Amino acid sequence: MAQVLSKARLDTLPGRQAGQSELVDYWRLLKPNVMQLVVFTGGVGLFIAPGSLHPVLAFVAILCIAVGAGASAAINNAYDTDIDRVMVRTRLRPTASGRISPADALATGITLAIGAVTVMALAVNWLAASLLALTIAFYVLVYTLWLKRRTPQNIVIGGAAGAFPPLIGWAAVTGRIELMPVLLFLIVFFWTPPHFWALALYRRKDYADVGVPMLPVVAGVETTRRHILGYSLLLAAISLLPSLVGTAGWLYLATAAVLSGMLVHGAWRVLRTASDREAMRLFKFSIVYLFGLFLALVLDHAAQLWLLP
Amino acid sequence: MTTGQEQRRRLRGKNIAVGLVLLALVVLFYLITMVKLGGV
Repeated sequence: MAQVLSKARLDTLPGRQAGQSELVDYWRLLKPNVMQLVVFTGGVGLFIAPGSLHPVLAFVAILCIAVGAGASAAINNAYDTDIDRVMVRTRLRPTASGRISPADALATGITLAIGAVTVMALAVNWLAASLLALTIAFYVLVYTLWLKRRTPQNIVIGGAAGAFPPLIGWAAVTGRIELMPVLLFLIVFFWTPPHFWALALYRRKDYADVGVPMLPVVAGVETTRRHILGYSLLLAAISLLPSLVGTAGWLYLATAAVLSGMLVHGAWRVLRTASDREAMRLFKFSIVYLFGLFLALVLDHAAQLWLLP
Repeated sequence: MTTGQEQRRRLRGKNIAVGLVLLALVVLFYLITMVKLGGV
């Protein structure tokens, strides 16, 4: 029997909309939403670093950070295909729905990773390239392969991978690691647990179904809510450090104080109301929080440059 | 559209995409070289 595959049928593959090409699937494989955040925090690290970098090389550095993040995401997608198929949140991912095979996703990820690190090393500097390689390796080996399915501390330790981009951006300009980018690293590092635990509270059944030991699944929702509040308080304190050590100014300090107050209040509401809706609200606000904090750093830095005699 | 036609269409799309990526890389490497040599 002659097999006829209509375009309409191809378009009805799960997760693919009418007229959408395979290229869009490859774009989605790179988790563009995560990439946005990584590009932004890396870009801020690059912008506020002392010294200057040629605009072309700055663009290349940001591009390499973005491609490195995409590479990590593609490899993560390849490895997690089995659980992504089951989870509601991830079942439409290109690998989970069968539109891209895990082998193709893995090949794409490895190719992009090698390309991003090589170009960073040749065009920018070896420190930035080494940090980028470390970030990719950490996300893939430590988070995806080792921690994610074994311990509720998966996103606490694994969160370091997402915290490296400001360091990479800074290192791209200066060729050094200094206190300020380390503080930015700590901000993203301590931001990650409350951010993901808020999501995990809302999606805990999903994680339980696939056996991923997220904190709400292993320790219960009450413990998770307490952890969210604890980490939010810690994050609030750390977020003030860039101003307290004198690297950032008053604009940043005021913004960090207000945003952190709102974050802690949100975490407190999650604990007090025991509501999943509040958890989802906190998850969404945590994204605004990080963008707001880093945007304030940029504006603060720009204001300082403008006020210089 | 038959399977063969559909496959050819997808392959053509992939080839164009790979071609564009390679072209972008050529431009990027050219610009990097110019900057490194101090010409831009």
